[in-house]
Amino acid sequence: MSNFMEWVDRRFPATKVWNEHLAEYWTPKNFNFWYYFGSLAMLVLVIQIVTGIFLTMHYKPDASLAFASVEYIMRDVPWGWLMRYLHSTGASAFFVVVYLHMFRGLIYGSAREPRELVWLIGCVIFVALMAEAFMGYLLPWGNMSYWGAQVIISLFDVIPYLGPVLTEWIRGDFVVSDATLNRFFAFHVIALPLVLCALVFLHIVALHKVGSNNPDGIEIKENKDENGKPVDGIAFHPYYTVKDLVGVVVFFMVYLGVVFFWPEGSGVLLEKDNFAPANSLQTPPDIVPLWYFTPFYSILRASTSDFLIILTVLTGIAAVATFFIDTKRSNKITAFICYAVLAIGLFTFDAKFWGVVMMGSAIVVLFLLPWLDKSPVKSIRYRSMPFKIAVGIFVIAFISLGYLGMHPVSALSTIQAQLCTVLYFSFFALMPFYTTWGKTKPVPERLT
Amino acid sequence: MKTNNLVLALVVALPFIVSVPNAIAATAEGVVLDPIHVDSGDTPSLQRGASLFVNYCLSCHGAAYMRYERLAYDLDIPMETLAEEYMFTTDKPGDLMKTAMSEDDAKAWFGVAPPDLTLVSRVRKNDWLYTYLRAFYLDENSPSGWNNSLFENVAMPHVLYELQGAQTLVGHVESSEDESTEEHTANIGAHQNIVGDAIFEIQKVGKNTPEEFDTAMYDLVNFLSYLAEPAQLQRRSIGIWVLAWLVILFVVSYLLKKEYWRDVH
Repeated sequence: MSNFMEWVDRRFPATKVWNEHLAEYWTPKNFNFWYYFGSLAMLVLVIQIVTGIFLTMHYKPDASLAFASVEYIMRDVPWGWLMRYLHSTGASAFFVVVYLHMFRGLIYGSAREPRELVWLIGCVIFVALMAEAFMGYLLPWGNMSYWGAQVIISLFDVIPYLGPVLTEWIRGDFVVSDATLNRFFAFHVIALPLVLCALVFLHIVALHKVGSNNPDGIEIKENKDENGKPVDGIAFHPYYTVKDLVGVVVFFMVYLGVVFFWPEGSGVLLEKDNFAPANSLQTPPDIVPLWYFTPFYSILRASTSDFLIILTVLTGIAAVATFFIDTKRSNKITAFICYAVLAIGLFTFDAKFWGVVMMGSAIVVLFLLPWLDKSPVKSIRYRSMPFKIAVGIFVIAFISLGYLGMHPVSALSTIQAQLCTVLYFSFFALMPFYTTWGKTKPVPERLT
Repeated sequence: MKTNNLVLALVVALPFIVSVPNAIAATAEGVVLDPIHVDSGDTPSLQRGASLFVNYCLSCHGAAYMRYERLAYDLDIPMETLAEEYMFTTDKPGDLMKTAMSEDDAKAWFGVAPPDLTLVSRVRKNDWLYTYLRAFYLDENSPSGWNNSLFENVAMPHVLYELQGAQTLVGHVESSEDESTEEHTANIGAHQNIVGDAIFEIQKVGKNTPEEFDTAMYDLVNFLSYLAEPAQLQRRSIGIWVLAWLVILFVVSYLLKKEYWRDVH
C-alpha cells in the first residue's frame, strides 16, 4: 500500500491534499448544531446532481411532451417517483440547509475578516442556487411553472429602455414557450450545475486558506503548540467526518421522512396548481413562487405607491440623521448624496420599478455584511444586547415575509409585508451603528 | 447559547403572530367542503371506485397518464376481469386510459373539453371532489338542466343522476355562526340533505339511498386519489423500512462519534 501511495504521490499530490484538507486540516473543537449545514449543503448538491441525472434520462424538454414525461417518470419508470420526489424535496432541503448555513455565518461573525471572500463566494452560490431553482421549476411545465416564470421574467420589463428587449431575449419568444423551456433546461442541467460546483470548490478553497470560524468567534491559529498545530484544533478527519455522519443520518430522517410520507408538503413543496399542465389561457388564482423565494417575493409585492411615500420620508429622516452622527465629513457628504439621489428616484419611477429594485437589493445587501458589521467581537455569545435584539427582529421579519409571500395579498398583509421590509433593510442599514452600541462581553483566550 | 435559544423561540413564535389575523380573514371567505379521509389501503373501495370511474367518467374524461395494466396490478384485478369490466376504449392492457370522445366533439357538446382526470385529486384535493360530486342539483336555467352548488354554472351535467337521483337547491347554511354541521343536520327536513353549505331537497330517488351514494362517492374519490399518485401504495410502506434503518444507523453513527471523540476535551 505504501509503495502504491509513493508511486501516486510522485505523480499526483494525493497524500498532500488528503492531509491539507482532511487529516491535518485543523478545525476548532467546539462546533455546535449550526456547523452541520455546510457539509449537508454539499450532500444535498450531490443528491440533486445524482437524482437529476436519472430524471434527465426520461424527461423531455419539449412544451408538448414535458408534463406527460414527468407523469411517465412518476408512473412508468421503475423508481422514477422516488427520483422525482428526492429531487423536488431536495430543492427545498437545499434552501433550508443553505438558509441555516447563512444564519450561522451571521450570528458567529463568520463573514468577518479574514473570511470576507468565503462569505462573498457563498453569496454568489446563493444567487446561482436561486437561478438554478427558478429554472428547474419551469421544467415540469405545470401551470404554476408556466405562470411563475412568466411573472418573474416580466419583472425585467421595469428596467428603463432595455427591459422589453431583455425579457424577450431571456424567453427567446414574446411569451414563455417551448424556446424558454429548452434554454431553461440547458441552464438547469448543465450550465448552472457546473457554475455551482466550481463555486463550491472555490468556497472551500477560500475557507481552508483562512480556517474555520467557530461559535466563540476567536482564531484558533493564534494559539499553536510547538509543532504548529493549533491547541484548540482537531483534525477534520476523523473527528468531524464521524460527527457530520451523525448529522447526515438525522438530516436523512427528516428529508426522507418528507420524501416518503409528505412529498407535497401540503402544497408548499409541490404546489397543487402545478399538477395541471401549463395553460397560457388560464392563470392560476394565485401565482405564488415556491416557499424559498417568498421572503423576496413579499418584498417585491410590498412596494405600493403609498409605501414609496413612507420610504421617501424615512430616507429624508436618515439624510438629516447623518448630520448628527459623528463621522468624517466626507462620509456625511457621500451618505447625503446617496439619500438625495434615492429620494429623487422614489418620485421619478413607479412602485413596480422600486419593487424590483428592493427585491434585488434584499439579495445584494447580503454581500455587504462583512463591512456593515462593526462589532469588536465576532460571536453572538459575546456581543452586546442591541445586536441580539436586531438578529431576533430580523429573523422574525424574514420568516414573516416568507409566510406572507405564500398567501394572496390583502390590505392587512400588505402593511405587514411593508413593515417587515423596513425591518429587513434596517437590519443591514443600521448595522454599522447598533453593532457598536452597548457593552460586549470579554472574549476568552481559548475555546470554551 | 442562551441567545441562540431566544432566537429559536422567536423563530418558532413569530409566524403565528403574523398568520393568525390572516388565517381568520381567509376562513371567513372560504368555501365549505365536506372533509373526507381516503384510504389507499382499502383495495375493495378502490376497485369499486375504479368501476364507477370507467363506467361514468371515462366516456368524457380521460386519465391519459395512467395505464389499464397498472390498475390490474395495483388493485388486484384479474386480467380477464380487467378486459371485460374496465377496458371499454381499447383491447390492449398496456394502453393509456384515454377517453373515446374527441376533443372537438367535446367542445361542440359542452363548450369546453372535459379536463383529464389523472391528476385531478392533486389539483382540486379530495374534500373538494367529494363535495363537488354530491352537489349537483336541478336548474332549469342551465343549458344541461343541472347546476352545482360548489362549482356554479359548471358545464358538466349530473352524470351520476342514475345513482343519486335528482335534488333541488333550497338554501344555504348560514356560515357566520360557529356551529358544526351536525347541529345543522338536526334542523333540516326529512327529505333534505346538506352538502358543503348547500341544503338540497330530494325530488326523485335514484338507485342508491343517500348513504349508499355518499359511500360510492367516497370510493370514487379514493380511487381518484390513488389514480393521481399510484406510487403512494409503495412509498409509505417503503418509507417505514427506510426510517427504521436510519434509526439503527443513527445509533451506530452516534456511538462511533462518541468513541472517536473520547479523547477531545
